[in-house]
Amino acid sequence: MTEDDLDRNRRHFLTVATAVTGAAGVGLVAVPFISSLKPSARAQALGAPVEVPIGSLQPGEMVRVLWRGKLVFVLRRDKGMLSHLGDNLDNLRDPNSEVVEQQPEYAANATRSVRPEFLVVEGSCTHLGCAPIQDFDVRPAEKWGGGFFCPCHGSKFDLAGRVFKGVPAPTNLRVPPHRFVRDDLILIGQDTGAA
Amino acid sequence: MARIEAEVGKPKGGFMKWIDDRFPFTETMKYHATEYYASKNFNIWYVFGVLAFVVLFIQLFTGIFLTMNYKPSAAEAFASVEYIMRDVEWGWLIRYMHSTGASFFFIVVYLHMFRAMLYGSYKKPRELIWIIGMLIFLVLMAEAFAGYLLPWGQMSYWGAQVIISLFGAIPWVGDALVEIIRGDYSISDITLNRFFALHVIALPLALIGLIFVHIVALHEVGSNNPDGIEIKENKGADGVPLDGVAFHPYHTSKDLVAIIVFLMIFCSVVFFAPDMGGYFLEHANFEPANLTATPEHIAPVWYFTPFYAILRAVPDKLWGFILFGLSVILPLFLPWLDRSRVKSIRYRGPLYKTALTIFVITFFTLGWLGTQPAEPIYVHAAQFFAVLYFAFFLLMPYYSSIDKTKPVPERVVYHG
Repeated sequence: MTEDDLDRNRRHFLTVATAVTGAAGVGLVAVPFISSLKPSARAQALGAPVEVPIGSLQPGEMVRVLWRGKLVFVLRRDKGMLSHLGDNLDNLRDPNSEVVEQQPEYAANATRSVRPEFLVVEGSCTHLGCAPIQDFDVRPAEKWGGGFFCPCHGSKFDLAGRVFKGVPAPTNLRVPPHRFVRDDLILIGQDTGAA
Repeated sequence: MARIEAEVGKPKGGFMKWIDDRFPFTETMKYHATEYYASKNFNIWYVFGVLAFVVLFIQLFTGIFLTMNYKPSAAEAFASVEYIMRDVEWGWLIRYMHSTGASFFFIVVYLHMFRAMLYGSYKKPRELIWIIGMLIFLVLMAEAFAGYLLPWGQMSYWGAQVIISLFGAIPWVGDALVEIIRGDYSISDITLNRFFALHVIALPLALIGLIFVHIVALHEVGSNNPDGIEIKENKGADGVPLDGVAFHPYHTSKDLVAIIVFLMIFCSVVFFAPDMGGYFLEHANFEPANLTATPEHIAPVWYFTPFYAILRAVPDKLWGFILFGLSVILPLFLPWLDRSRVKSIRYRGPLYKTALTIFVITFFTLGWLGTQPAEPIYVHAAQFFAVLYFAFFLLMPYYSSIDKTKPVPERVVYHG
């Protein structure tokens, strides 16, 4: 075969046609591989709601539970704690819970809770996910009415899980969907939609 | 020299000829070793590339033996590491070699990178070698990070929590990306299992591939030297650079000494201080992962702390992520940030020498700050040094171009 016999148009057609087909194939086959990285059916099933008995929880006490492998704080706030919630509103980034993803509609209120006494928040700092430490002592000199402190990067939250200004965490602690099954039992991970 | 040339020059026969007719063995050896000419005036800074190879080998070898007893599941991982430490014969030695090797990998690689900054090894025509090297560094960071989750201790778990959450700072796709990395709603058995796959298969393969390309690019251009002179510009009548000697046997025999000294230091750490006072193996990691409580004091292993200090210095999630990423990536652009006419520190002016000194102090200080708790005084200090860190790179086009350089000699210079 001499150089003249070579039909470059045909080679070009073959190259382009196979490359386009191949690229489409790679694109399609990427879907199952990427999807396999997402939470599996079992991981989703394990995200079932958890029940938290609160009958024996005294005012000022807090329990830690795991829901979907995530830490959740259930704090029964006493009267003193509730009275300090309005003290620091100017120093809070989102005092009125306006970032909608951070709580269900029924918790977007002054106490960020269904019942003012019971705070239910994910114990996961909205900065980089460390578990905040409880620091419930009131220290008026520091304008600290009690709250949570993240040991990793120093973010601070008040007793409604609201983030202070000037710390790395961008938003308030997330309130998971939850509801009161009875007066002494909270179900975390499920709500009835409204309240 | 003459003896070597006589050997490679003589006509071949027998076994080697049989091989060479089927595989370019002698040709490859010549190209990469016996006729690869590197400068005669290499100093101690030029051993860390070879040492990185030694550590890579230690990591691959000990790693294979660790996988034989390790179980990548949240329920069994911590116990299986303890099993290796207590019940497997010499298991403690194999594991300590691997954990010490991780820290030494970074020591050696940081010194290797610093050598390039001392002698301008990243400058034209070696930009691509530097870029590939930076990619190796990034893969190495990912490899170390994935490996650190495997013992499933407190620091494994919460360290991974922090670093994976970093990706959540990316607008729009952050949350979905974090879920794809974890494969779950929190770091779990699923995450551990996939990090194991990345640590023992995917990332080591990428590492070896990149190192191969790094060497191919280096041997195409030729090694730099402490004078930053292109030795290929001064060749003798035989076509051999006048300032060069064959890599084998001249540099290899010298490297063997470096390897032995290195192994002495390495073994001393393995035997007498495998946790290095909490720097190589963090004490919090001797407790199994507890999902309900972050350790009071959380810090990454020492080799990540300079970048971690920068992350922590920024009181904003997105900007923290951006500046953290930038601090890791910026050195990649050194070939273009550095506008100096000369390569080597020997002929640079006072501005660059000062800047590099400040940079070294900054890097060490940030590294120390990253190990300290998140208290205001440390955070403010980190902010100050973060500014210095970025200034070193971002102001370099200016100070490197106006610096008073000395004339570079024609031929390499020997000291002592």
